[in-house]
Amino acid sequence: MFFWSLVLIAVGIFSSFIYGRSRIKLNSKKQGTKSKSLPTYYAQYVLMWCLFPALIVYFSWAIFQEQIIQNIVISNFEFIEGAVYNEGLLLAEIRNVANNPSFADGKSIEIINAASHYSSLRQISQISFYTSIIIIMLLGALYASQKLKPEFHAQHTIERYIQYILIFCSSVAIFTTIGIVFSLIFESLRFFAEVSIFEFLFSTEWYPFIPIREGQTAAEGSFGAVPIFAGTFLVMVVAMCVAVPLGLLTAIYLAEYASQRVRKTVKPLLEILAGIPTIVYGFFAFVSVAPFVKAFGQSIGIDASPTSALAAGMVMGVMIIPFISSLSDDVINSVPQSLREASLGIGANKAETIKKVILPAALPGIVGAFLLAISRAIGETMIVVVAAGTAPNLTGNPFENVTTVTVQIVVALIGDQEFDNPRTLSAFALGLVLFVITLFLNIIALQIVKRYRERYE
Amino acid sequence: MNNSVAKEKIVSLRKKRSLEDMRFKYYGFTAMCLSLAVLVFLLYTIFSKGYTAFQKTIVLLEVDYNQDVLKLTPDSSDEEMEKGKFFRVKKQAIENFFPDLSKSDIKLVKKLFSINADNEIKDYFLDNPEVINTKQQIWVTAHSDVDQLLKGNSRRDVPEDRRKLNDIQLSYVDQLVEENRVKQVFNNFFFTKADSRHPEIAGVAGSFMGSLFTLFTVFILSFPIAIGASVYLEEFAPKNRITELIEVNISNLAAVPSIVFGLLGLGVLLNVFGLPRSTPLVGGSVLALMTLPTIIIACRASLKAVPPSIKEGALAVGATKTQAVFHHVVPLALPGTLTGTIIGLAQALGETAPLIMIGMIAFIPNIPTGLTEPSAALPVQIYLWVESAERGFQEKSAAAIMVILIFLFMMNAIAVFLRNRFERKW
Repeated sequence: MFFWSLVLIAVGIFSSFIYGRSRIKLNSKKQGTKSKSLPTYYAQYVLMWCLFPALIVYFSWAIFQEQIIQNIVISNFEFIEGAVYNEGLLLAEIRNVANNPSFADGKSIEIINAASHYSSLRQISQISFYTSIIIIMLLGALYASQKLKPEFHAQHTIERYIQYILIFCSSVAIFTTIGIVFSLIFESLRFFAEVSIFEFLFSTEWYPFIPIREGQTAAEGSFGAVPIFAGTFLVMVVAMCVAVPLGLLTAIYLAEYASQRVRKTVKPLLEILAGIPTIVYGFFAFVSVAPFVKAFGQSIGIDASPTSALAAGMVMGVMIIPFISSLSDDVINSVPQSLREASLGIGANKAETIKKVILPAALPGIVGAFLLAISRAIGETMIVVVAAGTAPNLTGNPFENVTTVTVQIVVALIGDQEFDNPRTLSAFALGLVLFVITLFLNIIALQIVKRYRERYE
Repeated sequence: MNNSVAKEKIVSLRKKRSLEDMRFKYYGFTAMCLSLAVLVFLLYTIFSKGYTAFQKTIVLLEVDYNQDVLKLTPDSSDEEMEKGKFFRVKKQAIENFFPDLSKSDIKLVKKLFSINADNEIKDYFLDNPEVINTKQQIWVTAHSDVDQLLKGNSRRDVPEDRRKLNDIQLSYVDQLVEENRVKQVFNNFFFTKADSRHPEIAGVAGSFMGSLFTLFTVFILSFPIAIGASVYLEEFAPKNRITELIEVNISNLAAVPSIVFGLLGLGVLLNVFGLPRSTPLVGGSVLALMTLPTIIIACRASLKAVPPSIKEGALAVGATKTQAVFHHVVPLALPGTLTGTIIGLAQALGETAPLIMIGMIAFIPNIPTGLTEPSAALPVQIYLWVESAERGFQEKSAAAIMVILIFLFMMNAIAVFLRNRFERKW
């Protein structure tokens, strides 16, 4: 349906363009005056008045059609007294029967009626969709053609419209942020209506097993996120222990010692490391590193679990190496050459120059890079989902199973999502914490880097 | 005398200092080599675990297409043939092949063949209906357990209760091998089938198409919006608070964890707008929002690289600002923006977490054909296979990783090609 409507819109804009062009030529010939702008601007004017209203109708139809139809079908459904219905399942059944008449065998009469109601509504909706698109395009073109007079400044208007479009494009970023904040806060508030915020932030018991269906008996869930935060922190620390020395030393070597040729080959290779999808690192952690960590733990007498903070953290550290090395490389390169030369000039050798002059000078920038790396490590999902485990252990032992914020978000949302259940909603509360922390780290890091840049520019 | 002691001291200090210098240099060198070694080791792991997935094991069966067993006649219509009792033919073929089997053993031996073997016997028959009432030698796919055993991925020497195949089954497999009735061929299923519960017939075609549809959505949404936004910010935006807010916003969005975008998709696109779950449309929209900052930053850089003299030239001969920008600056910046977009798309291709959030993790056994159909995506498929307990899926996940890496490599190669071919140095 929506493909053909796109074709319809395409035909509409094409003909409106042609129409606008020929109409303004005709009008200016009639009046004997030259039009203020080139004919194509009038054509574009008609086109825009044809296209944008149609697009608005198109998208609102695409978004709301199904919901409205479903609401009507459900409100007209002949519920039998006493029977219990699950609205989602019922709708799925009605849709199935409507799309596939062969499924109708053995279904109750109410469902078959509802299905035919559903398909007739869909038909009505389709017909009215096409008619309203055609009408709206005609109305738009009609309105625009009123203005097709030679003394009308079409170009000015078009350029103003283009500005509006561009402003809309730039504000998509703001809408995205608003959407993120809105959805996180809205669902988190629903979560905190059932679980107290103090329990969430300060209690150490995380057992989110709340009965999924009514009538099921299970222990009441408890949502103390401290073990999750601790696990996230532990994995992050392991990752930074791997990434900071390797990344920083690589950056120093590349920036200060390596020849042009080495730089030119190694930098793209590190970019490969940065471009590898995180699930690939997860596979690597699961298949190679985790068994190795387990064997290593056993050889030194520690009972390591098959998934551990150490395995996940080490691989995450590898993932962050290129991030740290490229950021630090930039920072080290922007230390003014005069500092370097002054230090070498009074007789210091290269290592001394780097350690006593360049690194202190570059320190703020490097700290900024570390903060960005930490924020990335905290938000990383797939490595920990595959290699860190799901057990909320409050431990400092990296050989043990731990869980992180991102893992718990995934665990809560895989499978049945029930938005009246604190287990599902807990994902949004955790997401809110994650969002706030990463945003905070990011803002600080950007401030530090910015100030550092200003110092040397 | 004092002089020589001082000299000695200076010499030894200098030696110490230069040693220190050397050492520091080698620390850096070692760190770099270690990072690269991990890269090599990672690629090696993937290749060594994955290359076996491109082969499958097939077994030669002698199938008797007896019309009584099939419940068909030579003049049956096509529809009747579709409903022929091919599983009975398979059972008979197995029984004939191992004549002295007890009832319980038949069950065990049947487990050596893929669930798809019935279909293969049937497809052969449908292609050649004239073989009715004849005996045919047909290669059918072996069960994943046999496949893994013969590839050496699962071991024989573990105790029987921890093995997939018990001793009796092993002896039959050995008998098949001895009689040369087993061979390894190219695994066409891996490239033509979607996901399956049975490793031997699971493939990446479904998730590959899902990823393509998702990337298409990402491109359609993010490319025009990114160009619009970067043109506005670079060329038109007044220097005021709102512009600054937008810029800060974009740089902060670039650092928001991808999983939060998944929550956005779930909370807004699915729950508020009611878009269909598990579809490339929703997945692509979420990834488009996620990659938008990356693409905008790249687009702005390439717009900035166009020298101002070009715009000024256009303005000088009387073009309006809009004309100067859209007729002169944007076309020159286009190769750079395309390169940035492709790099953004490559990032989107590897994203897993947001797609899990919006339900693209569902088990989808068929190949999607549109944007609004439930489908999987390559990285999610890899995740599902990595998490699967079935041994046969491990090589599949490594092979799927190889597919995604090749895909990524090609996208980056195109980006580099575009950059080298069209980028102008001013």
